[in-house]
Amino acid sequence: MTHGSAHAHEAGAGAHRTSMGLDSRKMAFWAFIGSECLLFGSLISTYLVYKGRSLTGPFPHEILNIPFTSFSTFDLLMSSLAMVLALAAVQRGDMKQGKLWLLVTALLGLVFLAGQFWEFSHFVREGLGLTTNLFGSTFYVLTGTHGAHVTVGVIWLLTLWVQALRGKLGPANAMTVEITGLYWHFVDVVWIVIFTVVYLIQ
Amino acid sequence: MKTWLTTTDHKRIGLLYFWTAFGFFLIGGLEALIIRAQLARPDGGLGVSAETFNQLFTMHGTTMVFLALMPLSAAFFNFMIPLQIGARDVAFPRLNAFSYWVFLLGGLFLNASFIAGPLFGADRLSVAPDAGWFGYENLTSRQFSPGPNVDFWLLGLQILGIASLAAGFNFIVTILNMRAPGMRMLRLPPFTWMTLITQFLVITAFPVITVALVLLMFDRFFGTHFFVPQGGGDPILWQHLFWMFGHPEVYILILPAMGIVSEVLPTFSKKPLFGYTVVVYSGVVIAFLGWSVWSHHMFSSGLGPIADSVFAGTTMLIAIPTGVKIFNWIGTLWGGQIRFTTSLLFAVGFIAMFIIGGLSGVSHASAPSDLQQTDTYYVVAHIHYVLFGGTILGLFAGMYYWWPKMTGRLLSESLGKVHFWLTMIGMNLAFFPMHFSGLLGMPRRIYTYSSELGVTGFNQASTIGAFLIGLATLVFVWNLLRTRWQPISAPHNPWGGATLEWAIPSPPPVYNFTVIPTVESRMPLWQTERHAPMRPLPERPPAPIHVPGGSWWPLITATGLPVMAIGALSHVIPVVLAGAAVVIVGIYRWAYEPFEM
Ligand code: HEM
Ligand SMILES: [Cu+2]
Repeated sequence: MTHGSAHAHEAGAGAHRTSMGLDSRKMAFWAFIGSECLLFGSLISTYLVYKGRSLTGPFPHEILNIPFTSFSTFDLLMSSLAMVLALAAVQRGDMKQGKLWLLVTALLGLVFLAGQFWEFSHFVREGLGLTTNLFGSTFYVLTGTHGAHVTVGVIWLLTLWVQALRGKLGPANAMTVEITGLYWHFVDVVWIVIFTVVYLIQ
Repeated sequence: MKTWLTTTDHKRIGLLYFWTAFGFFLIGGLEALIIRAQLARPDGGLGVSAETFNQLFTMHGTTMVFLALMPLSAAFFNFMIPLQIGARDVAFPRLNAFSYWVFLLGGLFLNASFIAGPLFGADRLSVAPDAGWFGYENLTSRQFSPGPNVDFWLLGLQILGIASLAAGFNFIVTILNMRAPGMRMLRLPPFTWMTLITQFLVITAFPVITVALVLLMFDRFFGTHFFVPQGGGDPILWQHLFWMFGHPEVYILILPAMGIVSEVLPTFSKKPLFGYTVVVYSGVVIAFLGWSVWSHHMFSSGLGPIADSVFAGTTMLIAIPTGVKIFNWIGTLWGGQIRFTTSLLFAVGFIAMFIIGGLSGVSHASAPSDLQQTDTYYVVAHIHYVLFGGTILGLFAGMYYWWPKMTGRLLSESLGKVHFWLTMIGMNLAFFPMHFSGLLGMPRRIYTYSSELGVTGFNQASTIGAFLIGLATLVFVWNLLRTRWQPISAPHNPWGGATLEWAIPSPPPVYNFTVIPTVESRMPLWQTERHAPMRPLPERPPAPIHVPGGSWWPLITATGLPVMAIGALSHVIPVVLAGAAVVIVGIYRWAYEPFEM
């Protein structure tokens, strides 16, 4: 238990032996993800508590577009695949592929965000605003919080991509990419839950 | 000065936490004294208006919970955890500095509400939060609270939540990952264990209140109806979300104090902690059960017989691991060679007072009896026996115990004993009569009462008690301050403690340990059946130790948050964006600044 990996990186602690053998930044990230589960859990619970309690329309079945959102979901799933490929490439030291897949992941994230933007504006045109009814409020706050997470992820991925372009990202930073990946997959999984709870089970 | 602004040394950050939190403790205490002076006579002893009174008790509760007790515990987490586990610093020193600055700025932001009135075209003392520390709906809706009061509260708490969360991740990783060789999990000092459990509660409970606050913010700023019945929303949802956070929060407040007491008792009875593993596991059980009892705060909201019974049951259940701990502490004292230092007195006082608080807690665990007690002074008595009699006495025990380690100077024991006895007499005089005034029907949070209620005598006793606590606190402040003029003379181990922090000089050098010790037992500095005491560490490091320099970015990043809050408060979007820009730039510079350990 006392022999750990010795990844060198700037955050400090991980440069030393760690008691659990797990990189400190990665462990912090796992804790962060645990915390985020409760954040999304609370939002999803709120959505569920208020399900069917809107006083006026539009109601979910009138407005949600499952085929379109299935496409967005597929897109996000593919971005997770790209993320896996990016990490594998960086770990191999193949920065050409690494750059490519980082960019692809970010772009797929952007496609998702564009889809969400289109969806939101479409809903608003259909008469579902943030304050229209409880469905609108819970829907926008839940999916909006998720969208904000995707946005952070995209910015993060693009930052790594730029670092890679400038030759500052290599196998030595594989841990950074791995953590980015953790975050990205987590955001993806949350979306699967939201998609199921909000769209599929009406 | 600059070195304090940029410091990433956990010991300095610990001292910053201590002094800041202690300052807020004095402010919160002052608010309490005004409240008590007002209640000294029927129909108001001080002529405080209802509006001002609401602000006073709201800020008192909010300040004590979020700005005094939590960060005073954090002061000890910061200073002591790396020392207790044999580390040179926390896992993320800059994140640690960031937590402190966010806490400080969040605290200042909240308290600025006392003087910010004129900026909103109102008087001073009119825009501070005024809906109680748990901010129930509908009191907090825009309709019933149009001013900025509740905005200060919900924005301030969001800022403070960020500080707590960041510290939570940091300490979890520190404790799990930075232990010295041989420091297995079941060799961790009990304070470190309770800290670890506390931080797990922090990172799971704070997201819940964050969501509650965000929804409230949407209601108030953007006109949603999450908690507004006119739009189909349910004010009770707020109560669920708040207490789902709130009950774990009370354990966040008490577990560190329990940890301190579990350090102090063995040291001053010269006996190992009785049933160490039981103390650890009961802490874990408390944390789990702490998640299943929240609705005992909501019996009067009409949850129905089934929910009432379930939550009454879980609440009574949680008294079991709590009681187990009490027996462990008594077992530790039993047959020990007890030295009645101030620290030990406070620890013993903790046990006694906490038992009283636990008993009143069990008495309102049962829904029917709670209906007689809820929202009366009886609950005020309960929370003060557990939070003052529990947490604060525990923290005082820790201050007397660790002050020499933190500063190299011993607090006066004779002043300490005056402090202790005044505090004990004062707190019992202040809080015990509240059981009676509550049962006689005096509601909490009321700015006047009529003499016909028959509670005048009890209230007068409470007021006298409160001022005695005030006096006791002044004695303590004097005790703290006078150490500043003393030479640094504390030995490494003034009390004969068993844990690693006592193996190094007082105050410790920047690098803490000249050589990272190898740990062989739970009590490395004591002779145990199987282990000789650890050999003293070399006086000088055998090789130069690299200590990371400071960084400005934690402070700069932190300042972005209150700027955002001020923008939101005054509805000026560019200010919000400017604050966000500061945060983003800060994070980037932070991430790419060379910083090595
Ligand atoms: C034996 C353990 C305990 C039990 C059974 C218990 C039970 C309860 C119950 C049922 C209430 C709700 C009373 C009401 O509002 O009508 C309550 C309130 C409260 N308890 Fe406890 N409690 C226990 C220990 C603690 C501890 C250890 C703390 C904190 C250190 C604590 C802090 C509080 C606070 C702050 C409130 C009141 C919140 C408020 O209404 O402002 N309790 N407790
Ligand atoms: Cu509770």
